[in-house]
Amino acid sequence: MCSLCGVLGCDDHWTSAVARPGVYTHNSDRIARRREAARRLAVANALLATRRLRLSEWQGRSYVLASPTGSTRIFEALSHLWSEAGALAGRPFDPLDPSFIASIEAIR
Amino acid sequence: MNGPTPVHLLTGFLGSGKTTLLRRMLADPAMAGAAVLVNEFGEIGLDHELLDRIDETVVLLKSGCLCCTVRGELADALLALHSRRARGEVPFFDRVAVETTGMADPYPALSTIRSHPVLRNHYRTVGVVTTVDAVNAPGLLDTRLEALRQIGAADLLALTKTDLAPPARVSDLIARLASVNPSARVMTASEVGAMDFLTEAGSLPPPPESARLNHHAGTFRADTPVTSFALEIEQPIDWTGFGLWLTMLLDRHGENVFRVKGILNLMGEDRPVAVHGVQRLVHSPVHLERWPDERRTTRIVFIVHGLDHALIEASFRAFDAMARRIAARGVSA
Repeated sequence: MCSLCGVLGCDDHWTSAVARPGVYTHNSDRIARRREAARRLAVANALLATRRLRLSEWQGRSYVLASPTGSTRIFEALSHLWSEAGALAGRPFDPLDPSFIASIEAIR
Repeated sequence: MNGPTPVHLLTGFLGSGKTTLLRRMLADPAMAGAAVLVNEFGEIGLDHELLDRIDETVVLLKSGCLCCTVRGELADALLALHSRRARGEVPFFDRVAVETTGMADPYPALSTIRSHPVLRNHYRTVGVVTTVDAVNAPGLLDTRLEALRQIGAADLLALTKTDLAPPARVSDLIARLASVNPSARVMTASEVGAMDFLTEAGSLPPPPESARLNHHAGTFRADTPVTSFALEIEQPIDWTGFGLWLTMLLDRHGENVFRVKGILNLMGEDRPVAVHGVQRLVHSPVHLERWPDERRTTRIVFIVHGLDHALIEASFRAFDAMARRIAARGVSA
């Protein structure tokens, strides 16, 4: 169970680590957590848009990834994002692919 | 006790002196409160008999090698220790040392502790110590990927059998280890004290001299070398973009990223943030109290197997610039 929101299942990705002394996280309070979640969705969606995918959050406890044809994938942790997105897009997201790097540089 | 119990992983190739080092560490009062898990590959486990300490906090994992067949056994042993400590059935322990088999890739053990739904609340991995045999290591670095993975995962490299190897060979090995894993400390095993063994990886920034570029670190399979390099970025970077970039890099290439370790100069933060990971596992980022020197730059050391340094840097810069453009225009998910 997530110690922050009290619901079963929770994103335990390292970028949203549970707040502990010495740990860097945006999980320390509700406003910071929601602001970071909105930022993460914005940046992720800019990347996903290069393959016409769109990510949204469901009640702050799951992610829903959708393709333009209506296929969806639901997962709980950000660590699953890129493997799910690659499966939905039909080819993996490879940050070392020069053509993908070029498409990221073109995002405005 | 408060908070998760620290777990220290001791690894190193077959016969490289893991048990000898562990035995000496356990004799130190600083390690008096440590429980010990020993993983041995073989019909009859012997290593735990050599530790001079027979009580219920010394556990032998004997069903196979930690990185493949006994991950469940590791989890069960740690959970049993936790429960029995809570019930007062075993002597109190304040940390755990896990000795792996010589063939083990340390990543699965780290990953088990980090991602197990119960373990992750009660234990946290804080450091990897790898023993390196000065006599045999030079040959192993050319032929055994397991040895390179163990060295790449290390926070502390303990050189053993240095008295049996010519001094020139030892100094060559030290130089080579520094190029395989520039973020690790290198010490001879006899110099390693309990406090070195117990130092938490996240509490140490990468050594300043680690910002060396394009080392050819090993010759494993001549067509796919293991190499290390450092990125240094002057401009403050975007945390969100960094997180998504590293997550995508490790999702796609994690098995070939032996190590990532760095300090980040983040937009909007005065203090640096330390990040370190082994293959697909990234530890919780640590907010450091101060910069290690006067350079307020992002410095990240990578140890990679057959990945193009220039593409990693180009990719990092492209993600960061894109994330900063989105931050500048305001968020609209």
